[in-house]
Amino acid sequence: MAESKQSAEVTVSDVHKTIRAAFEAFDYESNNTVDVREIGTIIYSLGCFPTQADLHDLIAEVEEDHTGFIQLDSFLPVMSKVLLEHKFPPIPEDLLLQAFEVLDKEKKGYLEPEELMKYMTQEGELFTQEEMDEMLTALADHEKNVVFYKDLISQLTIDPDM
Amino acid sequence: MGCGTSVATETQGKIIETDDTVKTPCPALTMKAAVLIQRWYRRYMARLEMRRRYTWNIFQSIEYAGEQDQLQLSSFFSFMLDNFTQLNENGPDLISQLLDPVVDPWLGRETGYNLIPVPESYSGPRLSFPLSVSDTSALLGAFKEQQTLHARYVLQLLYETKKLLKQMPNITHLSTSYTNEITICGDLHGRLDDLLLIFYKNGLPSAETPYVFNGDFVDRGKKSIEVVVLLFAYLLLYPDYMHLNRGNHEDHIMNLRYGFTREVMQKYKTHGREILQLFQDVFSLLPIATVIDGKILIVHGGISDQTNLDFLSSIERHKVKSALRFPRRSLEQLDIGQSCSQMKRGRSTASSRPSSSCSHSKDHRTPSQRKRRCGNRRQDSTVSTSSSSSSSSSSSSLCSPRTPSSLSPHPCPSPRMPCNVNVLQVPFLDSLSSVAPPLPPQQDLEWKQIVDILWSDPKTQEGCSPNIFRGGGCYFGPDVTQRLLLKHGLQLLIRSHECKQEGYELCHGGQVITIFSASNYYEEGSNRGAYIKVGRELVPRFYQYQVSRTTRKLTLTQRVRVAEGSALKALKEKLFSHRSELLSGLQQYDHKNTGNVSVSEWAQVLESVLRLDLPWRTLRPHLARLAPDGSVEYKSCFEDMDSGIPLPQVTPNMAETLFRYRTDIEIIFNIIDKDHSGLISVEEFRHTWRLFSAHLGVDIDDRAIDDLARSIDFNKDGSIDFTEFLEAFRVVHKLDNKDQQLNEKMNGDRCS
Repeated sequence: MAESKQSAEVTVSDVHKTIRAAFEAFDYESNNTVDVREIGTIIYSLGCFPTQADLHDLIAEVEEDHTGFIQLDSFLPVMSKVLLEHKFPPIPEDLLLQAFEVLDKEKKGYLEPEELMKYMTQEGELFTQEEMDEMLTALADHEKNVVFYKDLISQLTIDPDM
Repeated sequence: MGCGTSVATETQGKIIETDDTVKTPCPALTMKAAVLIQRWYRRYMARLEMRRRYTWNIFQSIEYAGEQDQLQLSSFFSFMLDNFTQLNENGPDLISQLLDPVVDPWLGRETGYNLIPVPESYSGPRLSFPLSVSDTSALLGAFKEQQTLHARYVLQLLYETKKLLKQMPNITHLSTSYTNEITICGDLHGRLDDLLLIFYKNGLPSAETPYVFNGDFVDRGKKSIEVVVLLFAYLLLYPDYMHLNRGNHEDHIMNLRYGFTREVMQKYKTHGREILQLFQDVFSLLPIATVIDGKILIVHGGISDQTNLDFLSSIERHKVKSALRFPRRSLEQLDIGQSCSQMKRGRSTASSRPSSSCSHSKDHRTPSQRKRRCGNRRQDSTVSTSSSSSSSSSSSSLCSPRTPSSLSPHPCPSPRMPCNVNVLQVPFLDSLSSVAPPLPPQQDLEWKQIVDILWSDPKTQEGCSPNIFRGGGCYFGPDVTQRLLLKHGLQLLIRSHECKQEGYELCHGGQVITIFSASNYYEEGSNRGAYIKVGRELVPRFYQYQVSRTTRKLTLTQRVRVAEGSALKALKEKLFSHRSELLSGLQQYDHKNTGNVSVSEWAQVLESVLRLDLPWRTLRPHLARLAPDGSVEYKSCFEDMDSGIPLPQVTPNMAETLFRYRTDIEIIFNIIDKDHSGLISVEEFRHTWRLFSAHLGVDIDDRAIDDLARSIDFNKDGSIDFTEFLEAFRVVHKLDNKDQQLNEKMNGDRCS
């Protein structure tokens, strides 16, 4: 009993430390505030996969009075809950593959850049042109100029633990 | 899995309807799929962004820590020069050798170039003075072809530049009414590719395309000579359309460490020294500021609350040869004797430096106060100056430089030393010397005014504080900017001096712009370069670019990976060179000698020993292994590194000292080696080493030094090839080869 309680405490404090570390990277003035526009990056870097809608909700919970800034004191409890409850779990590879396959109507095994662009900039939580350009640069096979999504998924979901 | 099942049911449900049409999935499904992919991709990019940010932090921290070391070394030199004449009656006059006396720059060294023969076989440009467009074109062409300009022409060019600069005032005043838009460029640091790219994109200097180059033309990059020759050539060709400001790297002592001296000596073996002498003069003659239309002030570093443009206009700028040579002080003003012996008593052996605040002289602030700037900001939407031209950055930028939030008063170094608030604590190597605040002598004031201009950085908080991190100049707040601009009727301050990820950055409510023109400064893909154009309406427009060395464009992932690898390597070397101190710190948490400590303890020790403000926990996976129970096996940090050539006489502690101060030792050697032959005498070596280790407080046996000297004198001719010597103390990364193979494999697997 005592042991499990202790391990639960350790987990919470570790979670706090992790959140703090991520927060500090964007806390330029060392006064425990970050610009609200950086929150998305922070949350993602903590291992979560929220949608834009999820992010908006989270920010609404945490931001005070539309100052444009978020305090660590408000952020910490909310984010800790998110982490401890595994609220925005990672997307399993096979699910991602299925998603791509849905878009690849002709089941070619790859997507043309124009196809992908159409979906990403017109469907769902739309990409900006910038995001689209970067995605194509990053993901497209430069010789054949198509996106072989199967290869990508395994390569890009393995990133070092940071 | 919710989504999985819904795929099945929805396609099944809709099969009849979609059968005849092209197999378009139902809209809801498409949307779900799109959202999933977007979510995944955004997250991936955010992780990448985090890594890039940490990498940037690492580079910056190490860079600034290195610069601070540099200043300490220089204060040591200055002190020695001012106060000692000879260390040893029998030995050479080492101190006078250390730095050339300040000789009247107008004497000698002038027409010597006429006597230098240029062989028939030389196929590079042959300049004729006064320069014409064909000369500058020839230079451009030659440098693009990797040719070197003959020493004779370099000297002549420098001599002519010196003559021209002598006639120029300290502050150049420009007007947009006579010219088209003026282009303002920041640090180039020997990056010829960036300069050529700017000329290509923006046009060569001419009446239609006037330029201001805001300092730091040399050091760090490999083509400093080419860059500065081109700039000077255009200066001579079009003195009305080409304007140069001095930067903190236009300084012969900085050049000793940061590569320009080495580059000159390598490319010009015979005449290198003369060339360097002339550069020293020319650099000190560069104007220190430019003003456009009486409204825009352009200086390299920044300002301080003491900056006075009228005063600056009146001084003799060439007298400040180097920011790193402090104005002379007398022994009474320097309380060095007491503090020095203090430090020596405090040290036990070379094996560990005490971690008391006594020896933490480099930086008294706590880590959170020392936070350096992160090169990523978002554009302040209220800023009036437009940056719309071509800033297409994936991460927008904030306008709040990261600075120490408050400088706590220095903890009193020791109970014995009086902690007088009025006394400046000047760090010098690892000890502190108390310096009385500068007296009003003209020399001191002039020196300070120029150093402030060349070395200061902006900060977000109000006020003006000494820039302890850089070791010179100030941190100036928005109120200081406001006051200065108001006082002189200015509206904008443009400065450089700091690398920015997007090549430029605004702060102080848009009143200060930082412009940086060396792209990929830390590493391939680390940052863009930029330049500013201003026309009559005095609204700056920004133009960004990035030199790409590879023919195919690197993806962001690849760039981040490469940069990260570099940064981590540099960081590991830092760890290695502080090994014994780290180990002793860690062992204090490991009483049972298990070889393990907790992650927190590990992070804490690293933070306090290395004094680099970095996210250690996040970096841990790259630096040390975890035991199965989640604790850190701290010795694993040092596993994959080793010293170059093992020398038996070198004890581990000596090796570590040499690693840590390798660059500084190199500088000292370079200074002693007057003819830059790469060799110094055994006697000089011994002297240097004793001097250096005495001030480090490292107890190294005299006999050990002698043995070492003898052993490195490989051919027993009484001289030491110090390049070879230093090679032995280069950190070798054992995993280097493995890493390379892995990288190649990963690149091969990529679809690019």
